[in-house]
Amino acid sequence: MKVRAQFAFVFNLDKCIGCHTCSVTCKNVWTNRKGVEYAWFNNVESKPGVGYPKQWENQEIWNGGWELKDGKLELKSGSRASKLLNIFANPDMPEIDDYYEPFTYNYAHLQNAPLSEATPTARPISAITGESMEKIKWGPNWEDDLAGEFHKRSKDKNLENIQKEMYGQFENTFHMYLPRICNHCLNASCVAACPSGSIYKREEDGIVLVDQDKCRGWRMCVSSCPYKKVFYNWESGKAEKCVGCYPRVESGMPTVCSESCVGRIRYNGIMLYDADRIEELASMEDEQDLYEAQCKIFLDPNDPEVIAAARKEGINEDWLDAARKSPIWKMAMDWKIAFPMHPEFRTLPMVWYVPPLSPVQSQIDQGNLPVGPDGAIPVAGTMRLPVQYLANLLTAGKTEPIESALNRLIAMRSYQRSVHVEGKADKRALEAAGITEDQAKEMYRYLAIANYEDRFVIPTGHTEESLDDAYGFQGQNGFTFGNDSSHGVSKITLFPRRRKDTAEPKELAPLRDKN
Amino acid sequence: MSLHNFLYGIYPYIALTVFLLGSWLRFDREQYTWKSDSSQLLSKANMRLGSNLFHVGIIAIFFGHAVGLLTPHSVFKVMGVSDMAHQMIAIWAGSIFGVMCLIGGAILWLRRMLNARVSAASRSSDKFILTWLLITLIIGLSTIPVSIGHANHNNPGVMIALAEWVQSIIYLHPDPSLLNGVDTIFKVHLFFGMTVFLVFPFTRMVHVWSAPFGYINRPYQIVRSKRFR
Repeated sequence: MKVRAQFAFVFNLDKCIGCHTCSVTCKNVWTNRKGVEYAWFNNVESKPGVGYPKQWENQEIWNGGWELKDGKLELKSGSRASKLLNIFANPDMPEIDDYYEPFTYNYAHLQNAPLSEATPTARPISAITGESMEKIKWGPNWEDDLAGEFHKRSKDKNLENIQKEMYGQFENTFHMYLPRICNHCLNASCVAACPSGSIYKREEDGIVLVDQDKCRGWRMCVSSCPYKKVFYNWESGKAEKCVGCYPRVESGMPTVCSESCVGRIRYNGIMLYDADRIEELASMEDEQDLYEAQCKIFLDPNDPEVIAAARKEGINEDWLDAARKSPIWKMAMDWKIAFPMHPEFRTLPMVWYVPPLSPVQSQIDQGNLPVGPDGAIPVAGTMRLPVQYLANLLTAGKTEPIESALNRLIAMRSYQRSVHVEGKADKRALEAAGITEDQAKEMYRYLAIANYEDRFVIPTGHTEESLDDAYGFQGQNGFTFGNDSSHGVSKITLFPRRRKDTAEPKELAPLRDKN
Repeated sequence: MSLHNFLYGIYPYIALTVFLLGSWLRFDREQYTWKSDSSQLLSKANMRLGSNLFHVGIIAIFFGHAVGLLTPHSVFKVMGVSDMAHQMIAIWAGSIFGVMCLIGGAILWLRRMLNARVSAASRSSDKFILTWLLITLIIGLSTIPVSIGHANHNNPGVMIALAEWVQSIIYLHPDPSLLNGVDTIFKVHLFFGMTVFLVFPFTRMVHVWSAPFGYINRPYQIVRSKRFR
């Protein structure tokens, strides 16, 4: 047993309102730069839809993630040798139009345009070429709230094995939001695919980072990440990805996307896992066993044996404490209401999702759904949002765990309503869903109230432990040898500089009295 | 000192020194700029054909030059490779890989110049180095008819003179006079080729140093620890 700690997430889709605050705060902090205008480390998709980049879930197109070849785990995009043979032109590489052509607007024209009959307009400008764009054809969230035609949206991979035509009809349509960031996988395929070995997982918190100095731009990570969450910066020529807001996390703060979440749907916490079992558990024969397999890799932070092994690995006491209070553990392991997205990619992702329930609840309220003997839980398969769709997204198509999770969410609500509305606890639904009264109360606190201190249980990074001489380090930043923190000191350099200029016209408006 | 002596007695050392020192300095000081600078994200069309032809061609040409010019004459003799056989191999391999490289290079050059996105994202050094490599290649290809002419007269003299000149540079006793009887086109090609080494550290060419062969034997997962042990 090799105990490692992982900084993990749960997103409660039941409460996501699709406001994109997470995306915007993330963008402003991390990707508001030349070369990554098109990159969204955090994005929110409307589902069903093809998503961002287009059809990212369809690995027949992109060959991302892992597969079993003769029972052995291998990158779907091919072996190490085939990576090197394809290094001159990566056949699985997405093109900028698969994301969208980044654009800004000619705002200056609004101020500078000569007097005219018609109001001047700010035309779109390509952020790459600086040229005017005739038409914006695609964007990072083009299908927002089911925009566009059903037959295009229905290319969504999760609609496979579903009679999807009926969901194209207005009265049968269903919709959910899917916020996505890097999954900081335990068996990351981007790490495995990097020929220069520049991508790595941090031992202390499991955050996956790209070493910007070591990256050579071979772009194998971009295609091998099945979630398409590694981006190529076309200006710097380096791969960039969600950094898990590690400077914040190291100081015990939640990620920017999590902190700014208006709906309080995001949970950050620590999970302990057994690093020795990664390969074994990612190699399950049957894709549908992968969700349960991943549950087996997690270690119970209350088990004395685990605690002893963790201490031996040098894991700090307050990390063990945080693991015991982890909201992730409660939702994924205790209540079994959170699931990894697309476990069939075999990367063991560490952003888990609570499936959405709301449309189901409104149907129950309207009495449209046949319910079971407890009077609360609808009969499986009658829900508006097809369980099979959620299962295709979260459990490689296995519906039982999803049904059980939805039942528990409904039971918790039903129980709380009996307490607060009828003034008398009705435990029938809880019993049917297999949870205790205490669990239901705690679920209510975590899911409905979602207090800050329950959502975010993040120990600090303990920099003092990673330094040989903490006193020697203090006050050093900016005065190192090399050019770590240098900023435009010399005017002349022999080697290429980073270009920072935007495509957006910057002429100031002419002064009024000057004409 | 005549221009000839400068170009073929001193310039090679300037080029090699800048090549080695410049690469070292950039690797040491400017790791962030050390990259292949791929533009495949911006335009994928024809990249598979163009880029593969170009790279396979140019790598084969590089090693062809290295083996053909740096191997001592006596070694070829011991191996039983006659001078004429050597020249015929050079002509054939040079033609095949040269044409591959030329077709691929032309595809890449057109793309870099004419594709609005790739062109806008290019640095002037990107456009310069690709153009320069193609000119060097075209001059190199146009030496082939001259070589065939020599071969038809059973005269490997020029080839041997070129090899001896290259070896004189490497062994640090430069002898520009070895090139006295060599056709001008070869000398022009030499100048263009040496200049590639001169500008190498200042362009995207540095990615050549980083060919990731280590990947073959690397475990898939990489974990780094900050913890002091």
